[in-house]
Amino acid sequence: MTDTMRDSPVPEVDKALENPPLGARISRKIQSSWKSVVVFLPYSWLLIFFLLPFVIVAKISVAEALIASPPFSSLLEWTDEGILTIRVVIDNFLYIFQDDLYVTTYLNSIKISSISTLLCLLIGYPIAYGIVRSPPTTKNMLLFMIILPFWTSFLLRVYAWMGLLADQGTINNLLIDLGVIETPIRMLYSEFAVYVGIVYTYLPFMILPLYANMEKLDNTLNEAAADLGAKPTSIFFTVTLPLTMPGIVAGGLLVFIPATGEFVIPDLLGGGNVLMIGRLLYNEFHANHDWPVAAAVAIALLVLLVAPMMLYQHYQAKEAEAR
Amino acid sequence: MSEQQAYIDSPWLDPDAEPFIKVRGITKKFGAFTAVNNVDLDIYRGELFCLLGGSGCGKSTLLRMLAGFEQPTSGSFSIDGVEMANVPAYERPTNMMFQSYALFPHMTVEKNVGYGLKQSGVPKSEIEDRVNDILKLVELQDFKKRKPHQLSGGQSQRVALARALVKEPKVLLLDEPLGALDKRLREQTQFELMNIQEKVGITFIVVTHDQEEAMTLSTRIAVMDAGQFSQIGTPTEIYEFPESRFVADFIGSTNIFEGRVAEESGDHVTVDTEAGPVLIDHGMSVQNGARVFIALRPEKIQLTKEPPVAAGPNQAKGVVEDIGYLGDVSIYRVRLDNGTLVDVTAPNLVRPKNRTHKITWEEDVYLSWSASSPILLTK
Ligand SMILES: Nc1ncnc2c1ncn2[C@@H]1O[C@H](COP(=O)(O)OP(=O)(O)OP(=O)(O)O)[C@@H](O)[C@H]1O
Ligand SMILES: [Mg+2]
Repeated sequence: MTDTMRDSPVPEVDKALENPPLGARISRKIQSSWKSVVVFLPYSWLLIFFLLPFVIVAKISVAEALIASPPFSSLLEWTDEGILTIRVVIDNFLYIFQDDLYVTTYLNSIKISSISTLLCLLIGYPIAYGIVRSPPTTKNMLLFMIILPFWTSFLLRVYAWMGLLADQGTINNLLIDLGVIETPIRMLYSEFAVYVGIVYTYLPFMILPLYANMEKLDNTLNEAAADLGAKPTSIFFTVTLPLTMPGIVAGGLLVFIPATGEFVIPDLLGGGNVLMIGRLLYNEFHANHDWPVAAAVAIALLVLLVAPMMLYQHYQAKEAEAR
Repeated sequence: MSEQQAYIDSPWLDPDAEPFIKVRGITKKFGAFTAVNNVDLDIYRGELFCLLGGSGCGKSTLLRMLAGFEQPTSGSFSIDGVEMANVPAYERPTNMMFQSYALFPHMTVEKNVGYGLKQSGVPKSEIEDRVNDILKLVELQDFKKRKPHQLSGGQSQRVALARALVKEPKVLLLDEPLGALDKRLREQTQFELMNIQEKVGITFIVVTHDQEEAMTLSTRIAVMDAGQFSQIGTPTEIYEFPESRFVADFIGSTNIFEGRVAEESGDHVTVDTEAGPVLIDHGMSVQNGARVFIALRPEKIQLTKEPPVAAGPNQAKGVVEDIGYLGDVSIYRVRLDNGTLVDVTAPNLVRPKNRTHKITWEEDVYLSWSASSPILLTK
C-alpha cells in the first residue's frame, strides 16, 4: 500500500515539470524576454553613444592629416588596380610619445589630477563624516548645499573664480585693503588656480560616494572597538578607514578621471602656464587642425584612464564577492 | 556552616562587604522617554548577575551605560571603587558582548577575537595562543580564517563571545550571549561561562530574557520592568518568593487568583478566591478584607481523579480542558466549576500504556495543594 502511494505521484510531478500549463509557459517566456530587454537596453546605449564615437575617433587617430574636408585620410581606399586597402598610420602615436611636450603634458596632467584627488579626499572625507553624523534635518540641508553649485553653470562658476583670484580681484583687493599685503599676489594663471578650480569643482564627486558609503557604517562597530580598548585615532585607522575604502576608491576615480582630461579649468584659470592634456587636445583640434593627432591624444588619454577604471571594476567585484 | 562561610558564597548578605559595582540612582532618558528609571544596584566581585526582563525594558541601555557608550542622564556608578563618570569607554575595565554581535566585517574570526589584545599591546605570539585557546573553547578553531559574513548566526555569536572573553576584563557585560545557540551548545556554553567565571573570577553581568538560562547561570537575578527593578534576589528567592505579580508571572508560569482576606492571624491567612478558600501557613501582615493576589505554581498542585476525603481549603474540582505533553511533564489546563482556569503540571512518572494518559480530556479531576505553596501578593 505504501509502495503505490510512494510511486504514483512522482511521475505526475515530473510531467507537470516538463509540461507546465500554457499560462505559466507564456509568463515565463515574457519574463525571460523582459530580462533580455533589461539587459539589452544599457548595452545598446553603450554601443550607440560610447562605442561608436570611440570607433570613429580611433579610426581618425590612425589616419593622415590632409588639407581637405574632412581633414584626414580615410581608412579604406581603392587602389588604381581596384583593390581595397586599409591604410593605418601609427605616426600620430609615435609622434606624441616622441615629442617631449606631449609626454610632459601627460605627466603633468596626471600629477595635477592626482594631487587634486588627494586634496578632495582630505577635504571631502571630514565633510562627508560630519554630514553622516549630523541629525537628519541638518543632514538633508547639508547634502543639498553640496549639490547646490550644480544648479548654476559650471562655466559661470569658473569665471567667478577668475574674478576672485585675479590680480585686481576680490581676494587681492580685500587683502590690500586690510593692509595684509601691499602688492597683489599672483594667483590667477598659475597651477595654484588650477588646483583651486579642480578641487572646488570636483569636491562633490568625492563627498557623495563617501557619504553613501559612510551612511551604511554601523556605529556599534566603533563602540565595539572602543570597548576593546581602541582609542579614537586607532578606531579610525583599524575600523572606519578600511570600511570606507570602497567610498574612497569610488570618489577618487570620480575625481581623478575627469580631472585628468579637464580642459576648461586649466584653460581659464591656468592660462598658458599650466600644461594639461585637455588644452593640448583642444589646440591640436582647433588651432592646428590636426585631427588625427588630436584623436591619437584622446585615445592615449583613454588608455591612460582605462587602467584605473579596470582597477575600480576589480575592486568592486571583490567587494561584491565579499558580501 | 559559619556565618563567615555563608558570606563568601553570598556576599550580598554581608552588611560589611564592599560592592564591586555600585550603581546609584542611574536614570537614562531618550528625549521624553525614560528607558532606565532611577536604578540602584550592588554587584559583588565574582558574581554572575543576570538582568532579566521583557523586550524594551531597558536592559541593554543599562549595560551600555556601564560600558560607557551611553551617558546617564543622572546618577553615578563605580567599578572596583573607581568612579566611572569621566572614564571613556576604551579605558573602562569592562568588555561587552553586543546583542547585535558587532563583529568587524573586514577582519577574519582570528583578527576579530585578537583585536582587543592587539590594542592593549599584547605580544603577537601571546595573542595567537590566547586566541587559539578561546576559539577552542567556543568550538570555532576551524573557522579562524573566515570572515563574519561566512558564519552562521550561532557561530557569529560565539565569535562575539570569544572576543569579549579573551581579554579577561574585570567585568564582562554580555547582552543576550546565548540566544542563537542550539540547546546542546547553549547548555555547554552556559557551563563554560560558569567555569570561566570560577577560574578567573571575572564579574559577569548577563542580559537575557530566557528565564531558565537566568535560573541556571546566575548567583542573583534582577527582574526588570519598564526601566526599574521589580525584584533582586537569588534564583530561589525570585522563583519561590516573588514580591509582585509581575515577577511571579515573568519567572516560570503561575496561576494568579484574585481574592479577599477572610481570616488573618499570626501564623496563617485564609483568602477567598476564585479557586475557593486558600489557606496559607506563612504569615504576612495583611488587613482583614484586603484585596490580595494568590500565586500558585502549577507544579505545586496535585491532580487526582479521586475526590478528597474531607472538605476544606486548598482544594478544588474541575474538568480537564486541555493537555500539553512536554515529555517529562504534562500541563493540564483545568476549568473549575466556576469557570476559572488553572494550570497544573504533573510529571509523567510512568510510560503511558496504550499511548494514552491516565487522565484525559473532559475528565473530572480534583486539585489540592499544601498550605505552604501559595504565595500571598499585595501588588
Ligand atoms: N538611542 C535611543 N533613542 C531612543 N530610544 C531608545 C534608544 N535606545 C533605546 N531606546 C528605547 O529604550 C527602551 C529600552 O531599550 P533597550 O535596548 O535597553 O531594551 P532591552 O531591554 O535591551 O530590550 P530587548 O530585550 O528587546 O533587547 C526601548 O523602549 C527603546 O526603544
Ligand atoms: Mg537589548
